[in-house]
Amino acid sequence: MKLQRKITGWLVVGVTFLSAFLIVAAIVLIMSDVILGGKDLISWEFLTGVPTEGMTAGGIFPAIIGTVLLVLIMSIVGVPIGTITAVYLSEYASRKSILTRLVRFAVNTLAGVPSIVFGLFGLGFFIQFVGTGMDNILTGGVELHWGQPNILWASLTMALLTLPVVIVSVEETIRSVPKDLREASLALGATKWQTIYKVVLPNSLNGIFTGTILAVGRGAGEVAPILFTGVAYYLPHLPGSLSDQFMNLGYHVYVMATQSHDVEATLGIQYATTLVLLVLTFTLTFAAMFLRYKIRKRAIH
Amino acid sequence: MTTDKNTSPLLKRSFNLPEFLAENTIKGVSFISFAFIILIFVFVFREALPIFFPKEKIQEVKEEMIQETYGEEYLSADKEKKEVVSPLETSGDEGEATLKNLTGSEWQPVSRNPKYGLLPLVVGSLKVTLIAVLFGAPVAILAALFTAAFANKKVKELIKPTIEMLAGFPSVVIGFFALVVLATFLQNHFGYEYRLNAFVGGIALSLAVIPIVYTVAEDALASVPKVLTEASLSLGATKWQTALFVVLPAAIPGVFAAILLGVGRAFGETMIVLMATGNASLMSIKLFEPVRTMSATIGAEMAEVVFGDTHYNVLFMIGSILFIFTFVLNAIAEFYVRNKLMKHIGGE
Repeated sequence: MKLQRKITGWLVVGVTFLSAFLIVAAIVLIMSDVILGGKDLISWEFLTGVPTEGMTAGGIFPAIIGTVLLVLIMSIVGVPIGTITAVYLSEYASRKSILTRLVRFAVNTLAGVPSIVFGLFGLGFFIQFVGTGMDNILTGGVELHWGQPNILWASLTMALLTLPVVIVSVEETIRSVPKDLREASLALGATKWQTIYKVVLPNSLNGIFTGTILAVGRGAGEVAPILFTGVAYYLPHLPGSLSDQFMNLGYHVYVMATQSHDVEATLGIQYATTLVLLVLTFTLTFAAMFLRYKIRKRAIH
Repeated sequence: MTTDKNTSPLLKRSFNLPEFLAENTIKGVSFISFAFIILIFVFVFREALPIFFPKEKIQEVKEEMIQETYGEEYLSADKEKKEVVSPLETSGDEGEATLKNLTGSEWQPVSRNPKYGLLPLVVGSLKVTLIAVLFGAPVAILAALFTAAFANKKVKELIKPTIEMLAGFPSVVIGFFALVVLATFLQNHFGYEYRLNAFVGGIALSLAVIPIVYTVAEDALASVPKVLTEASLSLGATKWQTALFVVLPAAIPGVFAAILLGVGRAFGETMIVLMATGNASLMSIKLFEPVRTMSATIGAEMAEVVFGDTHYNVLFMIGSILFIFTFVLNAIAEFYVRNKLMKHIGGE
């Protein structure tokens, strides 16, 4: 009886350990496969060159720049909105007010919407409604300028997708700012807004930074929302204005792996592009993890 | 001015313009996220709406077509007309029967006689989701049980961030890995006919499901009150008995919510299934046959579709279904674990 119980115990622990091990092994496997497959092709020329010979050779510079511009515009739009919303939720909102509930509901819902639905929304709202509307006003509908996919609409779609990431991260940080600081400021005669602007926000800077990094990491890796809001397979030039299309690392991998006419020949480029994408997102994720760790430490104290 | 507990009574009395502006600007900006939820509802559904009012639209198209053919040469116009008329007629039939058509079992949007049967896509999505969750959820929950109940602190601090790191993998990377490595590996082992199929897609998709289920389940397991664990141990139960018969049952609502969120994630995921399932809209429940999911259909076809076309509207219709489905799942999950849970998903 005792022996039987012991064996069952070993089995339970063993099976749960195996599950955890399986997941970790899968992660290691994917990472090592991508690193081994891509490391030989990574070179300065690859990172700074343009695709040549019908996309079967050359570098991925336009895709890198396109991705960077995408997340840059996304952050410029998304981070201020997210930060202000977080300020509202942590400083102004009372639990019972309708606005608070609506905003909380919205943040939770946004976090759960599938990314492809964001893409549809970008197409239906930004391009067909706002863009076409702008064309009608600016050129009388003669010229198709804004009513088509471009980097602005893709970035705005992505900003919407990453908004909850920013809000959650910033709110957590603002809440970790010690109450003493706020009260000291108020006691000195500062108004509420002055307290927020001069005391709370400066003390939440690394939270805003963390939120931005997390959002950028997410935005750099997502492909579904930009599929039909602005990304292009191949462009001979870099995007020069907000109404240009752009290339993107994730989309580059997808297209090269599924739609190029000679998938085998470009396998090296696919691996190397995946590696660049993975390194980019992981550097960002680790940086955010580290900052968050520091913030949590403060929250405990 | 509002009456907030934090504001000192002194400040409440006087009206301060910058203060007033700041507060209302902040309120206004906060409202943006809610406004966009409404806009998403409105604009995704709006583009799907014409399906339900087919007749008006077809008449419009007919008139346009006739006008176009008038100006042309007689012979070519006649020829043109015939060519135009036949798809028109069928699209007329299609249009009238679109609602019926939507429940059909064939998805052939790009043909002379387009068919918009959503059934194979729905079955495809459910099939891949089911495989992903059946495979991913138990692994993730068992791993969560290991870190919450058995692992010592050092092992836990190593495993937990590693698994959570999986959530940071761009889905296109997982899709790429599935397409290039996993598909070949599984085919060599199971020896089935099609390299890309529902099974490969499901296994790959489970990699996206696992971190979510793991994080939420681990959170639920770790937040089971210590009193329960200690009571069980002091009564003479072993560690594994406590984990299996005390901790796990106490955390069941959280685990359930974790599974629901995993289902929602799998159902809406696009890039992995787009790359790994083979994308053939077959109506079958066989494990090793290619499938086409709803999300992959939107991803693959939206770029080539004509704006305002029935096909275009049907794709938005599929998007609406995805939206509603994940919305309901998240609502139920939230009902179980409330705000605590959403912090995790939002933060990942």
